[in-house]
Amino acid sequence: MHLLRLNFAVALSGFRRYATYRVATAAGVFTNTVFGFILAYTFIALWHERPHLGGYDQSQALTFVWIGQAMLAGAALMGGGFQDEFHERIRNGDVAIDLYRPVDLQLWWLASDLGRAAFQLLGRGVAPLAVGALAFDLALPSSPWVWLRFLLAVWLAVVVSFALRYLFALCGFWLLDATGLNALSTLLSLFFSGMLLPLTVFPGAFGEVARLLPWSATLQVPADVLLGTHPGGSAAGLAFQAGWALVLLAAGRALQTAATRKVVVQGG
Amino acid sequence: MSDGDGEFIDVRELTKTFTVRRKTGLLRRTATQVHAVDGISFALRRGEMVGFIGPNGAGKSTTIKMLTGILTPTDGSLRVAGVDPWQERTRLVRRIGVVFGQRTTLWWDLPLRDSYGLVRRMYRIPRARFEENLARCVELLELGDLLDVPVRQLSLGQRMRGDITAALLHDPDVLYLDEPTIGLDVVSKARVRRFLVALNAELGTTVLLTTHDLSDIEHLCKRVVVIDHGRLVYDGLLSGLHEVGRGERTLVVDLERELPPIEGIPGARTVRTEGPRQWLAFPASASAAPLVSQLAADYPLVDLSLREPAIEDVIARMYAG
Repeated sequence: MHLLRLNFAVALSGFRRYATYRVATAAGVFTNTVFGFILAYTFIALWHERPHLGGYDQSQALTFVWIGQAMLAGAALMGGGFQDEFHERIRNGDVAIDLYRPVDLQLWWLASDLGRAAFQLLGRGVAPLAVGALAFDLALPSSPWVWLRFLLAVWLAVVVSFALRYLFALCGFWLLDATGLNALSTLLSLFFSGMLLPLTVFPGAFGEVARLLPWSATLQVPADVLLGTHPGGSAAGLAFQAGWALVLLAAGRALQTAATRKVVVQGG
Repeated sequence: MSDGDGEFIDVRELTKTFTVRRKTGLLRRTATQVHAVDGISFALRRGEMVGFIGPNGAGKSTTIKMLTGILTPTDGSLRVAGVDPWQERTRLVRRIGVVFGQRTTLWWDLPLRDSYGLVRRMYRIPRARFEENLARCVELLELGDLLDVPVRQLSLGQRMRGDITAALLHDPDVLYLDEPTIGLDVVSKARVRRFLVALNAELGTTVLLTTHDLSDIEHLCKRVVVIDHGRLVYDGLLSGLHEVGRGERTLVVDLERELPPIEGIPGARTVRTEGPRQWLAFPASASAAPLVSQLAADYPLVDLSLREPAIEDVIARMYAG
């Protein structure tokens, strides 16, 4: 109970911290909307040439685009979020302060990143999706149950995305300069989440593997849950996400133990 | 497990060795052992306020990191409040407070009040206790008008006072202060020092203070522990430092006219002359009385004054020796 209250307070503080920067949020909404339009017209051209590419019709494909824009900041599909801050704290030694707190490092950052995500989904996600829905013919479901399952899928997507970024960020304890690793993390996320093209588009073994990797839990699966196109049904999609979340969080925990045990906290 | 009496912090033969790998050729790397802390022993009683000093790289921070449980000692034993810091870090951190002059425990984008709310949840501080502690800090550190200001808008002195408050809300038994007055102006320094004196006197909080500002130590601590190159070079009263550090007092002598450097006064030597004024150095442990009477007998004295050794000089000499 206490732990729940603490983590809720941490998440709330994460929410508030991002809510302070209103101009940045407005700029983000603008960027996402522009990016959405560019991708939308690219997809229209593609689907015009190859209808039912990846098993989607054109309005499903466009829905995929705008769901991607709505989740881009929230699920940190192009990096950002807690990762930059955590990495900076490792590099300059401020992480020592985090270790002086009577709380678990991973849980702390997870709670604060969930708070950030909640703000960015509302502040940067809803508006682009609404613009997309007004400008294009999207395949949005009418059933509240589908939306509820979609919300759960989005929450799991944020957890999986956090768990992945936590693993990358922890490598900073050994590397100190993790800029290259961050770039790799962003690139992998951008492609294997389905942000550039739905993963269902890719044929053969490559497509199979891409759809099984954890990144697909951060966009491909939530989009399929909303569209009702996940093979094996939405429940299977949610279970896939939950599975990856558990595996990756456990890996993060193991790496965290190794990092705090072996590695010197920088600076005086 | 008693920690009420006896040694509250007990450090014995504490050692920390780092392995540093250096490039020594195109592909070759050599590992060298660096003894950051090399067999230090000292102990603090409950309620003591002790200065922990040493030059940069002496091993102060490494020692503090071991005392707070974020580094494992290579060798030696270590107890804080009856607990092995590394083995039981999460239990110990509830009983310690840490303040870094150069880092902040506050959240940059949040007002102080919100940061304190998070601290309350983290340490599970009962509401009444929390309100009481916060009210005391707010009054003594004059934080009243600042509680709703985001931390990023605070001045350094204001932020420092905010940080000290954050470290004390959970009633820690031990407070580690690392350069708490660095970069502060005279007024802010005085305010922080007054607060620390009151804290130590009223609540009996044990304080270990690391600083390069020796006037902090002179205002706050009777006892100092000095380390250099990872070894303990002094542990005792601040006043005793002068003898160990071969401190010298200076007698400034004004003569009637310009004369050659004064000679033939046992135990004293002339270190400087400037017109009719001369400076004579003699050991801090010796009495000035016989010197003065002999000077008055042998030389045409107009005036004289006595200068005590600056603690900075004493410590600088200890490091050099």
